[in-house]
Amino acid sequence: MSSRFAGTDNYVATEDLMMAVNAAVVLGRPLLVKGEPGTGKTQLAEEVARSLDRPLYRWHIKSTTKAQQGLYEYDAVSRLRDSQLGEAKVHDIGNYIVKGRLWEAFESDVQPVLLVDEIDKADIEFPNDLLHELDRMEFYVYETRQWIKARHRPIIIITSNNEKELPDAFLRRCFFHYIRFPDATTMERIVGVHYPTLKKELLSEALTAFFKVREMPGLKKKPSTSELLDWIKLLVAEDIPPEALRNDDPKKSIPPLYGALLKNEQDVHLFEQLVFLNRRGR
Amino acid sequence: MLVPFFYKLREGGVPVSITEFLSLLQALQARVASASAEDFYYLSRACLVKDERHFDRFDRAFAAHFKGAEDLFEAMMKSIPEEWLKRMGERTLSEEEKAQIQALGGWDKLIETLKQRLAEQKERHQGGNKWIGTGGTSPFGAYGYNPEGIRIGQDESRNRSAVKVWDQREFKNLDDTVEIGTRNIKVALRKLRKFAREGAAELLDLDNTIDATARNAGLLDLKFVPERHNAIKVLLFLDVGGSMDYHVRVCEELFSAARSEFKHLEYFYFHNFVYEHVWKDNRRRHAEKIPTMEVMRTYGHDYKLIVVGDATMSPYEIVQPGGSIEHWNEEAGTVWMQRLAKTWPHHVWLNPEPEQRWDYTPSVQITRELIENRMFPLTLGGLEQAIKALH
Repeated sequence: MSSRFAGTDNYVATEDLMMAVNAAVVLGRPLLVKGEPGTGKTQLAEEVARSLDRPLYRWHIKSTTKAQQGLYEYDAVSRLRDSQLGEAKVHDIGNYIVKGRLWEAFESDVQPVLLVDEIDKADIEFPNDLLHELDRMEFYVYETRQWIKARHRPIIIITSNNEKELPDAFLRRCFFHYIRFPDATTMERIVGVHYPTLKKELLSEALTAFFKVREMPGLKKKPSTSELLDWIKLLVAEDIPPEALRNDDPKKSIPPLYGALLKNEQDVHLFEQLVFLNRRGR
Repeated sequence: MLVPFFYKLREGGVPVSITEFLSLLQALQARVASASAEDFYYLSRACLVKDERHFDRFDRAFAAHFKGAEDLFEAMMKSIPEEWLKRMGERTLSEEEKAQIQALGGWDKLIETLKQRLAEQKERHQGGNKWIGTGGTSPFGAYGYNPEGIRIGQDESRNRSAVKVWDQREFKNLDDTVEIGTRNIKVALRKLRKFAREGAAELLDLDNTIDATARNAGLLDLKFVPERHNAIKVLLFLDVGGSMDYHVRVCEELFSAARSEFKHLEYFYFHNFVYEHVWKDNRRRHAEKIPTMEVMRTYGHDYKLIVVGDATMSPYEIVQPGGSIEHWNEEAGTVWMQRLAKTWPHHVWLNPEPEQRWDYTPSVQITRELIENRMFPLTLGGLEQAIKALH
């Protein structure tokens, strides 16, 4: 079992990302990952688990998620029902404690990876409610009066899309990494990892077209890595020749299938307008 | 050795705490990073900086503190292998540029100048515009030595220099101090949201009641909760065009960021003053108008109305029928404003212009009277007052 993360065969990690992950692994602190949507934040946890050969526990956060749900829940309703039916197990309250993701991760036999996905979706107090649990890796179950302690400090990877600011006390306990949008060379490596058989020519044309679209001013949502990968998949599926992507042909200056890159009606509109102006200017 | 660095960071405006500093030391002790300066840079950044907006400040403080390492680097720079430069140039330059270089005296001369330039730049690079020429002025800029595109001192192989990484200052754009107030306004908006949760009416909480009753061994135990979290409804009217364009962009961004907080957030645009039409899409404003009357019918009295505009115009545009600069309005702006105020009793006007200037603009005064002085500046304090007025 290796203990250093160095990217995997289908995930390209930059040096600063590796450093952040390894620091979090060695010191057993949570790692907070931010970055543009579609830059592989969630995938990071999966790849870390895979490359270090650890079990992965996923905890997806929604706007209604409470911190307590990650620890455990007391299913009072089924206990009430059981008591009406006169079942014997009603006397042990432990039968009605439902374990949460954090508890499950704490009980793992080997050091697990716990993904807390999109923490910013939850209520503003959510991170504060987890401070002690993440710091000491233990919590108390009031109903059964027992302390649950982590057997091995899990590697916790937390992702955020910056929809809400996280409290300072929480941030202080984490390592932090911001996944920057990859530059052209890294991008080539990323695409190569996903589509190894892609024709070199098509790849470089697609990347040029992609970065051109990204640089366009005024876009509401810039296309990201995952959109690029989708788009290339479409290009390959439709068997588009690389020549069709070359922007200097005035008649076909809109890249084909650009719907995969632009997800916003206003962006598409703006894009078409710019292309139109461009064409007239020639 | 690292304590001064810690203080330098704090001086530079990076909010580092002792806990974070200790965890960096702990990581160093655990040998997370190897001896290389670059590794140390990445590790200390992951430990000490918790917000990408502070990356740039961190880079600056780091560069200032570890200047010794930089000097070393520059000593190395003086002996740039010519072969390497040539290769770099050939890869980047087009045929005609190469011809231009020939006209200038060829490669040797160019490299000579480049070396000179490098020597000169030792003094100047502190300001942040590092390396050679940032545009058309330097011959190197013109010939394609784009400082962002080509990393001088960083060959593709492992010949990578540590100083480079933080001197690139790639996170410059993420520092938020440039845009005044964005964060402050966010904080104030959060207050509005807080109100949404605290001040609302109580409802019977069915789930909780069942739960509590079960815990209570079957005896009924009623539970109440405040009305839904996102009960607050906001109607936003934004002035667009002219001097307002910049402000509107900021406001719009903020309000859309706060969208998850306000489940009911509707926005409309107007120009200078509200008349019989508003619109939702500024690009198709002439084609897709929405009658203001319709808006008034659609959104109930419980909506909070927030108008954002500089209210700076000719007074005629407010008080006269037909005063609008864009079209013939049958009824004066005052009539419409009174209607709005009546439809939505909870209303405020946010003005991005500084408060001191309001008294000198008659149209601002008229507007203030119209809405009974519920005009507030678009600042942290102003927003707080506005939110208080909305209660």
